[in-house]
Amino acid sequence: MDLRDTPEEAAFRAEVRAWIEENLPRELVGQGRIRTQLEEPWRAWSRTLSDAGYAGLTWPAAYGGAGAPYSHQAILYEEMARAEAPPHIGVIGLGMAGPTIIAHGTEEQKSRYLAKILSAEEIWCQGFSEPEAGSDLAAVKTTATLNAAGDAFVVNGQKVWSSYAHIADWCILVTQSDPDAPKYKNLTYLLVDMHAPGIEVRPLRQITGEAEFNEIFFTDVEVPRENVLGDAGEGWAVAMTTLLHERGTLGFALTTALEVNLRKLLALTRERAADDAVVRDKVAREWIELQALKYTNYRSLTALMQTGIPGPEGSGVKLHWSEQNQRLTKLALEVLGPEAQLLDGESGGYWQYQQLRSRGNTIEAGTSEILRNIIAERVLGLPRSR
Amino acid sequence: MEFAFTEEQEALRREAREFLARTPEPSWAQLAELGWLGVSVPEEQGGAGLGFLEEAVLFEELGRALYAGPYFATVGLALAALGAEALERVAAGAERWSAEVDGLVPGLGSVDRVVTARGAVAADGEELPTMDESRPLGRLRDGGEAEELPGEIDRPRALAALALEAVGIAQRALELGVEHASMRRQFGRPIGVYQAVSHQLADTYVQTELARSLAYWAAWSVAERDGGAPLAAAAAKAFCSEAAVAACERAIQVLGGIGFTWEHVLHRYYKRAQWIEAFWGFPAALRAEVADAILAPDREESPDGIPARVA
Repeated sequence: MDLRDTPEEAAFRAEVRAWIEENLPRELVGQGRIRTQLEEPWRAWSRTLSDAGYAGLTWPAAYGGAGAPYSHQAILYEEMARAEAPPHIGVIGLGMAGPTIIAHGTEEQKSRYLAKILSAEEIWCQGFSEPEAGSDLAAVKTTATLNAAGDAFVVNGQKVWSSYAHIADWCILVTQSDPDAPKYKNLTYLLVDMHAPGIEVRPLRQITGEAEFNEIFFTDVEVPRENVLGDAGEGWAVAMTTLLHERGTLGFALTTALEVNLRKLLALTRERAADDAVVRDKVAREWIELQALKYTNYRSLTALMQTGIPGPEGSGVKLHWSEQNQRLTKLALEVLGPEAQLLDGESGGYWQYQQLRSRGNTIEAGTSEILRNIIAERVLGLPRSR
Repeated sequence: MEFAFTEEQEALRREAREFLARTPEPSWAQLAELGWLGVSVPEEQGGAGLGFLEEAVLFEELGRALYAGPYFATVGLALAALGAEALERVAAGAERWSAEVDGLVPGLGSVDRVVTARGAVAADGEELPTMDESRPLGRLRDGGEAEELPGEIDRPRALAALALEAVGIAQRALELGVEHASMRRQFGRPIGVYQAVSHQLADTYVQTELARSLAYWAAWSVAERDGGAPLAAAAAKAFCSEAAVAACERAIQVLGGIGFTWEHVLHRYYKRAQWIEAFWGFPAALRAEVADAILAPDREESPDGIPARVA
């Protein structure tokens, strides 16, 4: 056990820190909101990250990654958070589509898609949830039917809550391809060109007032057969790989984002509530629980590096993070006092946005209810509820 | 960065767990024979010359087994203050120690000597009835002769030891809850299928793992004599003791009437968790210490327990 960086890790940390300092555009620092107005500089920053080799750090070198150990990914997240640098714009491609293509794709698919994910040339979105299929993913109704020639699937249906769909070039899409097959054997996972005819994207305005995610409508959209990922009918297993990555690698990104908020909360408290014992108690609790998340990530990371599999302890990180972020952002509003309602007060609306946005945290990427079910059944071995 | 115990430390954990399963109430001589009393005592004094991380494994397992003897009092509290001769007697199992904290001495009736602010005194006083019967507290009689000690009590070490015990308690409470929810049937199904039950256990699991991370961080900081140790230990003891209390409370709820009986072991875990929560700073008092550190105007910007993480 040694919680310090190894000399090699320390060298990487120093390199990343210096690189960020030199390359991060000032206008992108500390942007808490969705950066739709800043799409161009954000894309450019993502390309810069990619050119420096910091996108897809842990991906195999054969697919344009750096083949680096997971600890480097953790260090990169920490240093990006420290500098309040925005992540690579292709978060869905990097975190979900890419790893799924690496796991299930053909060589043609890997060479076609992966490099452009890293370079931010192509942005991906996720087409999983539907109006009538949220947590119950296997109940999707968007259909994929093989055409008469047998060379393409024809897709019809509607997806919802799809982040980045309004700027996306590609979509990882879960479809119902065989209504007669038993549940979990009826799904096909498609890679869909978002510029194809028959696709309409409508932004959904959130409680923050921003339109960060979208509905996607598919009307007779032709998807070439070679765009099936994995085998037709095996979409459930492929989708599980995607969700594993969504829940597996996010821990550090989430925790470092929370660390940014905590650092801001500490500054706000020093300024406005330094003598308020109740606030001090609550702030200390947030700090302690952030350390708990951080060191849980380190334990999980060590297990991943030693055995290739992240430890089970990481399964609670997203669950706890989401609830803590909700609590922490509300606390910040409390510290702001009556100003909490003012959108253009001294904090420039930062905390108001963060607090409202945090309500989504316990819903997106696996609701807290589903995550508790997963822990109860798969980690604790309790009898299945369904 | 490597945040895991070594093979040898994990082997010690397995050995401890198996021994305590076979021998729930080991004698002091047995602990001496196993070498548990001299883990961090130098080899010249008859110890194993290891460190706090090996002791950490034992504190966690002794907590899980609800061990009732003065191991925490001797090794967790007093050891850091003792000189070579006393260490030799401790490692040999010939002398048991405790320390006076906030006017109270854990295990006063079962130890020989007590570390106080005035020095070492004989364990002469009165043991008081306590809620946790397995870990009584006592008050020293006034005016005993005090012998000067070479060191002093290491509070972070003691708090980290308690945090580790608390993790063992939370883990055991979780296991008891899961066991019951898997076996007990109502309305024709095991009650663990009902989410009102299973989600409480899922919450205990998450809290226990977070607690474990803090306790191991504190243990490492103490073992390394890291400058962040006081902060890490205060944070860990605050969170872990609360997590252990809550784990027991959820387990009592999940077990229903059985969990509320004197006969079932759960109440003993619950009382030990509360003992740990109360000793040397309730969580709110410890959080006040944490707040003092992290809200100090001159603190470095990064809210990190380890100021210089770069080796």
